[in-house]
Parts: sequence; C-alpha cells; structure tokens
Amino acid sequence: MLAMSTPISLELSINDDRVRASVPAHWTLLELLRYELGLTGTKQGCDKGDCGACTVLIDGKPQLSCLILAANAEGKKVQTIEGLQPAHRKAGGVGLDPVQDAFDRCGALQCGFCQSGMMLSARALLNENPTPDRTEIRQALSGNLCRCTGYTQIVQAVELAIAESTGAEPESPSWSDGNPWKSTTSLSGKNGGDA
Amino acid sequence: MKDFEYIQPETVEAATAALATKENADWATAKARVFGGGQDLLGEMKTGLEEPSALVNVKWIQGLGGVTQADGGNLKFGATTKLRALEGLFSSGAFQVLSEAAKTIGSPQIRTQATLAGNLCQRPRCLYYRRPEAKCLKKGGDECFAYGGYNKFNAILGGGPSYIVHPSDMGPALMALDAQIEISDSKGTTEMALDDFFTLPSDGDVTRENVLRPDQVVISLRTGLDTPSEWRSTYLKFQERDGFDFALSAVALSLRVQNGAITDARIVLGGVAPRPWRCREAEQLLLGSMEAASLAKRGAAAADAALLGAEPLEHNAYKVPLTKGLLQRALRQLTA
Ligand SMILES: Cc1cc2nc3c(=O)[nH]c(=O)nc-3n(C[C@H](O)[C@H](O)[C@H](O)COP(=O)(O)OP(=O)(O)OC[C@H]3O[C@@H](n4cnc5c(N)ncnc54)[C@H](O)[C@@H]3O)c2cc1C
Ligand code: FES
Ligand code: FES
Repeated sequence: MLAMSTPISLELSINDDRVRASVPAHWTLLELLRYELGLTGTKQGCDKGDCGACTVLIDGKPQLSCLILAANAEGKKVQTIEGLQPAHRKAGGVGLDPVQDAFDRCGALQCGFCQSGMMLSARALLNENPTPDRTEIRQALSGNLCRCTGYTQIVQAVELAIAESTGAEPESPSWSDGNPWKSTTSLSGKNGGDA
Repeated sequence: MKDFEYIQPETVEAATAALATKENADWATAKARVFGGGQDLLGEMKTGLEEPSALVNVKWIQGLGGVTQADGGNLKFGATTKLRALEGLFSSGAFQVLSEAAKTIGSPQIRTQATLAGNLCQRPRCLYYRRPEAKCLKKGGDECFAYGGYNKFNAILGGGPSYIVHPSDMGPALMALDAQIEISDSKGTTEMALDDFFTLPSDGDVTRENVLRPDQVVISLRTGLDTPSEWRSTYLKFQERDGFDFALSAVALSLRVQNGAITDARIVLGGVAPRPWRCREAEQLLLGSMEAASLAKRGAAAADAALLGAEPLEHNAYKVPLTKGLLQRALRQLTA
C-alpha cells in the first residue's frame, strides 16, 4: 500500500513527453500543467467541474483536469491542447489538426477561453467515431460551455472537419450565403501552412 | 484546498484498515474520506466544505470495478464502475434504466471519472449547503435556509427539517431494480437493500443522506429482481438545460410483464425528495392489463397517488405536475 504525505513524486506522459514531477498531494492535474509545467493552454475556468475549460485527454478520453488530483494521473497518457498539432503531425498529417483548422476557418470562437477544451472534446469524439451526427456532436461537447459564440459555429466547425475528412461535400454554414467551403483548400489537408 | 495524506490501498482490507481509526467511527470526528472519482469530493474540498486529513483512494483496488453476473439473471456492479461504462451497456430490458440514468449525468468528462458508489454517496447540491458561509442544518447549523428562502430546486416530498433533494440519478435507477448494496469495514461485510441505505433528514442524522459510516467502504451494488427477463425499465429526467444538469424531477420506472399484463412495478422518484423516493401505493395501481385506455387511467391514478403527500414550498409547486407528467410519459413509453 502506498501512503504519501506531501510532496508526492509522479511520472506520467504529457503530449508524448515523459514527465517527472513533484507536487503537493492536494494539487490537481490542472495545477500541475499550468503552474509547474507552464502548459497554460489548458484553462482554469470555474475550477469545479461546471465549465469544461480545463478539459484534457487522459488515455484518449476527455476529462476535467480541475477535478483530478495530479497524483491520480500517475502513469497516464495526458494530452493537452499543446499536443494536438504535434500528434496530428506525428500521425503523418500536415499543418494543424483538422479540428483546429476547422475551428479557425469557421470562426468558432470569440474570446477563445473555451476553445482548447472544446477542441479536445471534439478530437476525442472523432477519434472514437469519425462520422458522428449532430446530436452526437452536441452530446460530446455538452460539458464544454462557451459564453461567447452560441455554439452554432462550433458545431459547424466539427461538421466541417468531419466532411473534409470523409471527402463529403461540407454543408453550407448558416451564416453564409454561398458555400465558402466548396472551393477552399484545407490548410491541414494540403497546404501544410501554419495558419 | 488543504493538504492531506494520500493513501492508495490495493485491497479492500487495506482500505478498511486505513479507515479504522477511533475518530473515524463517527462523522462528527472523522478526518479520513473514501476517494472515488473525486468529482464531488474535490469540489467540496476546494470550497472548504470538506477538509479531510487523509484520502483513501479506492480506485486501485483490484476487482472493485466492473460488471458481473449475479443470481437468477441479476447483475452485480463493482463500486468503482465508471458511469461512462454503464452508459452504453443496456438499450432494452430490465437494466435499461441504468444506462438511461447514467447518460443524463453531468458531462462526458464527469462520467468518465465518476464512480457508481461515489454517485450514490455524493452530497446535496442545495445552493445553501454548497455555500460555505451558510451554516445550515446540513452543516450542523440550526436552520434550513431553503425552507423560507429560495427553494425552486428543493424537496416537495419527505422534506423537514432539511429540504435538500438527493442529487443522484443512479440511486432511483438502482432502487427500481430492487438493488442491494454491499458495504465493508474492518470487521467484515454486510449487505442491505439500497432502500434501507438512504435516509430522510427526519430519520436521525440530518447532516447525512444515508447510513454509511466514515470507516466503511461501498463494495458493490447488486440488482435483486425476480426473473429479470420479465422486466422492462426506463428513466425519464427533466432538466432545466437539456444536458449537464441535475434533475428538477426524475422517474425511474420498472415493470414486470407476464402474459400481457403488468404483474409488478417499481416507481422511484429523483430530484423531489431528500432521498430516492419510492412510491409503493402508486406501484400497486399500475398492475393489470396493458390495454391502452385502462393503462392511461391507471397511470393517472398512480401519478396522483405518487404525489399525494407532496408539500411544495414557495417556489417549487411546479414539481408536482411535472413529476405526474413524467411518470405517465414513462408508463406510455414502456408499454407502447
Ligand atoms: C458539474 C457537475 C454536474 C453533475 N451532474 C450530475 C447529475 O446530473 N446527476 C448525478 O447523479 N450526478 C451529477 N453530478 C455528480 C457526479 O455524478 C458525482 O459527483 C459523481 O458521481 C461522484 O462520483 P465520484 O466517484 O467522483 O465520487 P467522489 O467525489 O470520489 O465521492 C463522492 C462521495 O462518495 C464517497 N465515496 C465514493 N466512493 C465510495 C465508496 N466506494 N465507499 C464509500 N464512500 C464512497 C466519498 O467519500 C464522497 O463523500 C455532477 C457533478 C458535477 C461536478
Ligand atoms: S475549470 Fe474545470 S470544469 Fe471549469
Ligand atoms: S469563445 Fe469565449 S467562451 Fe467560448
């Protein structure tokens, strides 16, 4: 049996880097990421499970880093927003992760505070189910609150990423007269630009 | 959050041994807490509602998670089974109520971490209870502020002297399957009906919602239906927001159907009482033929009977018709 008083040392994988850290037992994974490792892409919103801004992927599943003790992440594979593009490139992709690229092109953000959590929830969904319908998208993103956008462009961004990855014709977004995606070349797919 | 000792036992024996201190025999003095997914406990620790000096993480204990077969087609769920795992398990039959209830809980992120036992043992969400500066009855004070205050989300049944509602969705769902709960301490293991596990504020200790002692660990939940293959069940929950919200009212309904007639039923309400609220008299009214007109009549009578004792507070009378409607809709869905 393991019994620890502070500080505790742990080893885990963060964005495919092996990380060793020593933190107080009461630190959350969010605190480890932001205040020890400087990975500030993961946001601290409500700090109590209500907003999803702190979402990271643990062993591929979206979870709230504000409600997980750092000690509980021992041995786990954690992916933060900083790891999204590197993972995409490591898997042979170019440019941004298609989810990031679609969020960018759809303007699926205003202040951007919700965005890293939102994109990680979307990425986890697409990894599990490459062709979710709108209900499934909304359910997968239901734990990520956005105070700015009203969600329309966010859902459309995920749908754009899906359409482009399956080669389907992307639907015309509600906020545009014509279909802006018809002739667009996806940055993540072809150009490889760092937008 | 205050600092604490973090203990990670690998067996139930080691966990209960770690909890078996003198001060841990009683909630008034207990300083150690069982730690499941932490989705409730960490929230309470951050606001200072809980300040444990030790956390005993039970998630590493072998064999405490997962689903196994129990007697006569029933199922046993380990205490640390994740809600996410329950979500997709059942799309029909006796256990459907469990998946339907699990799906309504929190967000995908929360369900991935949250454990079944933690869901049953989570603390109330009453706005006054969650506010550290409000020393209400639940926290050893001498007033339930919801009673004369803002009580839109509070109890209409079984309230007094505290008017919290029990926040768990898995509680009503499991009770609709006659679940038994298995509990261990350093002296051994006991099993009891989940119905006997939950308590009302008037039952004794107003600061607790169940009979669990701080030196005990929930081990498993077992359904206890007679011939599960003859049962069907459903969970209907009404939330202010479509997702990511607690129940304003919820109905767990299960029916035993033999030769085209309802021969047994369970109705357990959530979100309306300080504990999952079983409606025994209303259940009896549901028994009989499956003919639509008769069923509709009996459903309406059962809904009236279920809410007969309701005593709404200033802001929550809406829960009465809401709950009646949910019950009748659940009945229609299960018999369509
Ligand atoms: C934003 C948000 C929304 C939510 N929405 C809902 C909802 O709609 N419906 C719903 O039902 N719940 C909801 N919840 C509550 C959530 O489901 C619970 O917090 C969660 O299920 C608790 O499980 P856990 O394993 O994380 O428990 P923990 O937080 O680890 O523990 C909760 C309590 O149970 C005790 N405990 C845990 N495991 C055991 C055990 N094996 N033996 C003895 N005691 C134990 C702990 O000591 C603690 O007191 C929500 C929570 C949040 C943060
Ligand atoms: S910061 Fe974790 S859910 Fe809001
Ligand atoms: S863009 Fe501001 S919270 Fe979503």
